[in-house]
Amino acid sequence: MIPDDRLYTAQHEWLKVEDGEAVLGITDFAQQELGDVVFVELPAPGQEFAAGSEIGAIESVKAVAEIYTPVAGSIKAVNDGLEDAPEVVNEDPYGEGWLVRLRLGEEGPPDDLMTAAAYEAQLAG
Amino acid sequence: MQRTVLYGRHVESGARFGPFAGYEMPIQYEGVLAEHRAVRERAGMFDVSHMGEIRVRGPRALPFLQRLTPNDVAALVPFRAHYSALLTERGTFIDDLLVYCLDPEDYLLVVNAASKERDLELLRRAAAAEADGLRIDDQSDETALIAVQGPRAAGIVADVVGAAAAELRYYSFLRDHPAEDQDQLLVSRTGYTGEDGFEIYTPPERAEDLWAEFLERGRDVGLVPAGLGARDTLRLEAGMMLCGQDIDEETTPLEAGLSWIVKWKKGDFVGRDALARQRETGCRHRLVGFEVEGRGIARHGHRLTVRDAPDCSGPVTSGAFAPTLGRAVGIARLDCGDGGPPAPGGAASVTVRGREIDCRIVKLPFYRRPREGV
Repeated sequence: MIPDDRLYTAQHEWLKVEDGEAVLGITDFAQQELGDVVFVELPAPGQEFAAGSEIGAIESVKAVAEIYTPVAGSIKAVNDGLEDAPEVVNEDPYGEGWLVRLRLGEEGPPDDLMTAAAYEAQLAG
Repeated sequence: MQRTVLYGRHVESGARFGPFAGYEMPIQYEGVLAEHRAVRERAGMFDVSHMGEIRVRGPRALPFLQRLTPNDVAALVPFRAHYSALLTERGTFIDDLLVYCLDPEDYLLVVNAASKERDLELLRRAAAAEADGLRIDDQSDETALIAVQGPRAAGIVADVVGAAAAELRYYSFLRDHPAEDQDQLLVSRTGYTGEDGFEIYTPPERAEDLWAEFLERGRDVGLVPAGLGARDTLRLEAGMMLCGQDIDEETTPLEAGLSWIVKWKKGDFVGRDALARQRETGCRHRLVGFEVEGRGIARHGHRLTVRDAPDCSGPVTSGAFAPTLGRAVGIARLDCGDGGPPAPGGAASVTVRGREIDCRIVKLPFYRRPREGV
């Protein structure tokens, strides 16, 4: 099931917006494609990013995937737990496996993000 | 894209496929980490039917192979095999391979899928220049190959193909009915994982049944099907080179730490003069192992630099997270000028996404299996 309380990018990331902040993670499809995650590189809190910029990377045994933020903002918090337990990204991508929390810039999220239904349609597509 | 005869079995087991040397091969089933662990602790089974099998037969077979490969084929007796290579005149790798001695006039070469056509062309051209008494056949399409690897492999393989398999010494082999050439298995105690294990060469018609029997017999002791993803991390931990990636036409056996496959006393062979010169002058390039000490993973194409010798650097040829060690490791091809290779323990670094990560040069292999008794 794809949670319908958040938005999705074509690059298989999810964004949960609440009160001027957004939590970013990757989707279940993305973690399956990556395979066993063994290392997650996240930005330092306070760093500012433009929409679409690379903020870190997820490394699985076989591959590396860059993490992009679909929104502009500054890093408010990162999921420190992934340092010792990167496999949580595989086990709970929509929950405990979140990556970063951003404080949103003025412009807010872009309008090209998908709803859960639209994202599901893309996966089926 | 070709498929092996076991493709249907892999689909049943939920494999995820990827392209490899023109074949659609299983990359993973349950997951690379789980499959890797199964092979180290219990047993795993690989379909490696994409590998090429080339038969070289005739009264001239021995002198022919003695000239074309650097290892000493004359030292092979029937039912023994060894690791060797096809080299250029410059002493660099065209391919690495296994040579099985079926008979002093009958050899089986097992080569990499990606270089098979080139190997065949080279062998046939060399054979054409020889006198009669030599026959070269590509038997790849008539041969499927299953590797059963891990500490519990011997019990499983012995139960399925016969008790004699468990008695095989490393790099020895048996055939299940040696009198006939058709329909028979060749079972060798060989592998590409750093564990005890077997490779079972079979006619394609028997491959599906064998796969099912190994799976059935191995289930209780924890055998799982394993894909090329785990095969790659297993061989890297064991310090085994991947031809076309770690070793290639720019690398000699001496540079790769494989000087043991070069037998100087056996007489002339292709590449000998170049290798003899390199032995005198020393190797400018060296393949070295390294561990990543900082946070991150060095990958193929990143660059390793030795701390105390900034002129000594080179590309990472293999790099991955090593599941058994719990950290990232790699092999790099260093150009150390006249300075010689860095000593194990030396500090180095690799740059990943703009960040410099600490590494340490270590002796290969990264992992050595615990040996019991024998």
